Amino acid sequence: MKGLLDWLDDRTGYRKLAKEALFEHIPGGARWRYVWGSTLTFALFIQFVTGAILWMAYNPSSQTAWESVYYIQHQMAGGWFLRGVHHYTAQIMTVLLVLHLMQVLIDGAYKAPREVNFWTGLILLKLVLALSLTGYLLPWDQKGYWATKVATNILAIVPLIGPALQKIAIGGSDYGHHTLSRFFALHAGILPAMVVALIAGHIYLFRKHGITAKQPYKKPDAKFWPDQVLMDTVACLAVLLTVLVLCLRHHGAPLSAPAEPSEPFGAARPDWYFLFLFQFLKLSFLTEWFGHHGELIGAIIIPGVLMGVLFAMPFIGRWRLGHRFNLAYTVILLAGAGWLTWQALEQDRNSPDYQRAVAQADRNAQRVIELASGPQGIPLTGAADLLRNDPLTQGPRLFAKNCASCHHFGGHDGQGEPVKDPPSAPDLKGFASREWIAGMLDPAQITAPHYYGGTKFKEGKMVRFVQRTVAKYDDEERAALADAIVALSAEAALPAQQALDQREAARLAAGRKAITDTLSCLDCHTFHNEDEDASAPDLTGYGSETWLMGMISDPTHTRFYGSRNDRMPEFGKDERLSEREIRLLARWLRGDWHRGGVPAGSGE
Amino acid sequence: MSHDPSTPPADPPDGDRRGFLTKALCCGLGGVAAAIPAAAGLGVLLDPLSRKSDASGTLARIATLDSLPIGDKPQLFPVIATRVDAWNRTTAPVGAVYVRRTGEKTLQVFHTTCPHAGCAVEFREEKQGYFCPCHDSTFSLEGRRSEQSPAARDLDELEYEIRENGEIWVRFQNYLTGHKEKVPVA
Repeated sequence: MKGLLDWLDDRTGYRKLAKEALFEHIPGGARWRYVWGSTLTFALFIQFVTGAILWMAYNPSSQTAWESVYYIQHQMAGGWFLRGVHHYTAQIMTVLLVLHLMQVLIDGAYKAPREVNFWTGLILLKLVLALSLTGYLLPWDQKGYWATKVATNILAIVPLIGPALQKIAIGGSDYGHHTLSRFFALHAGILPAMVVALIAGHIYLFRKHGITAKQPYKKPDAKFWPDQVLMDTVACLAVLLTVLVLCLRHHGAPLSAPAEPSEPFGAARPDWYFLFLFQFLKLSFLTEWFGHHGELIGAIIIPGVLMGVLFAMPFIGRWRLGHRFNLAYTVILLAGAGWLTWQALEQDRNSPDYQRAVAQADRNAQRVIELASGPQGIPLTGAADLLRNDPLTQGPRLFAKNCASCHHFGGHDGQGEPVKDPPSAPDLKGFASREWIAGMLDPAQITAPHYYGGTKFKEGKMVRFVQRTVAKYDDEERAALADAIVALSAEAALPAQQALDQREAARLAAGRKAITDTLSCLDCHTFHNEDEDASAPDLTGYGSETWLMGMISDPTHTRFYGSRNDRMPEFGKDERLSEREIRLLARWLRGDWHRGGVPAGSGE
Repeated sequence: MSHDPSTPPADPPDGDRRGFLTKALCCGLGGVAAAIPAAAGLGVLLDPLSRKSDASGTLARIATLDSLPIGDKPQLFPVIATRVDAWNRTTAPVGAVYVRRTGEKTLQVFHTTCPHAGCAVEFREEKQGYFCPCHDSTFSLEGRRSEQSPAARDLDELEYEIRENGEIWVRFQNYLTGHKEKVPVA
């Protein structure tokens, strides 16, 4: 064994290298305050390991980025945990960077002859922030998409070269495939390579000048190995433990719904360590003092100057009070950033609009994962199409926008928001269900605002029939009516009633007979028959998808209200809504959408 | 190293209990710290092993019997089937087969993949056999490998069924290349 190692040492000189690495001289012995550099190196090691494996599963294009991250998060073994470790280590790194910087400043390790090393450190800090920024976009989810757009839009306000810079950064005029390719190349290739090169330089310079030992020495001098190594290792384990706790507590990293350019995202916020910059741009003095230059000054010039002072610190530190200035400056800077961050969080906490946007974002995120995990998987056009074509997601929006000015849905506007005006058309929640039809045929309810109270049909034949004839039904007729309700509701074939309808086939048959023979429905309506004189809506397939789509498209069609239509717009005929939108509305009203939970092992 | 070599600090007391314990702890804890991030990725790294394709193959409609005259040369057909590609489930070409009608109700169906290294074989009419353009394996009309071929086995013959309406359905299945036996790709 010894012979082999001797041979290896002769050929490589590894012993000298190991000796130099391990037997660094530490005046005053090992101390906890020296651990930060090692923890950062360790954090970077975690990012390289986890990042390399994430790389094997990630797919940068606007139709596959979210999809591949979804697959990592919800389908691959332990993928949610891997992503979580990568995500939270990135966050911890920001904290460690600040701690490292503070230790260097407090101990005066930035002063001559260590200026260059201090600068490499500052550049490394910027590179790590750039890694965070580029990584935030890669899942191509709503959060990353909108937050990163703000960052690259700021690029465009740089005088003269801004627009060109922005185009280069995002690989075109707008976000797309090349934005992801470029950000991924930066995130997984260029930036890490620069970080490695600079860290090599940083450590070389650190070793060249030696550690800046903190006076007074409390212990005898020692070597890096083993006491300081042990302290560093313990600190690294503490970092790892923090990451693991965060990862397990939050069930891995978040993944919002796929990027949707047509859908403004009110919940867009940068990651917490950029929040202070985000909040800074909201400060009113920028616009008050600098007018339309406010953004340029707030987003580029002021941060640039503040950073410039950091770079100048080795020189400032030469003055008599320079070191104290440097410390005070950094503390004020951090306090300011902390205050702005707190303000940003506090404003969001107290903003109902923001809270609503977050709730909506969470619902969409949950929903798209349900759809993606369904039997159809994700279409080649990307997961964004799943939400675009989902009745449960689009129905409420279409209803609130197009229908809620007359109809209510369970008393609200479809999206859960209260409506000011009383309804002027029936409440459509549960439309065509047994309960809904039974309520409409109830003499006590038919003229309530929930049904026809707000329409001109309040004075119509149906209301008269229900209030005069149905009200006087004897027991036998009432039983026939109950069967008729079941049969009519079965026409809709509502997904929620399918099992019930199948079980009560005999009752359905009786009900159908009641509609055509016993009760006087066919005096005005049609029901699986032709009748040119029919004056009321067709009951064939009442509440089915086709029926509802026809009704929404054109209520003035003779099959529905004809010329007696009361103010209901012809959504399809007038092309106010596309056929796709009408189908989404119809399906949503019918409760016809994919149901299914989030797959197991997803960490959610 | 930057420190003054004239005043070397005392080497850490090597060999004593505390020094040994410290070093052992360094190695142990350091190993744990390095292993956990690596272990976090192990599941994703090895995830493909837990995903198996259907070893019994996929039934795919290839052609109708009428389109294949008896004794005609082999015809190349794409195999269109449901394909699960990570998060996508699509109907897409998954491979190709050569089909030759040998009788009224009998066919010979070959996978186009050369059993040597997986290139696609071509039917050469003048040679009345199959030829692999990569490493020059040759196979007879019946799929038998020639002696000089680097391929270790004959062309992979696939099962088929002829339905009552005359449709030809092939049970499409990939086999590991390079092996002497037909081993299905799981």
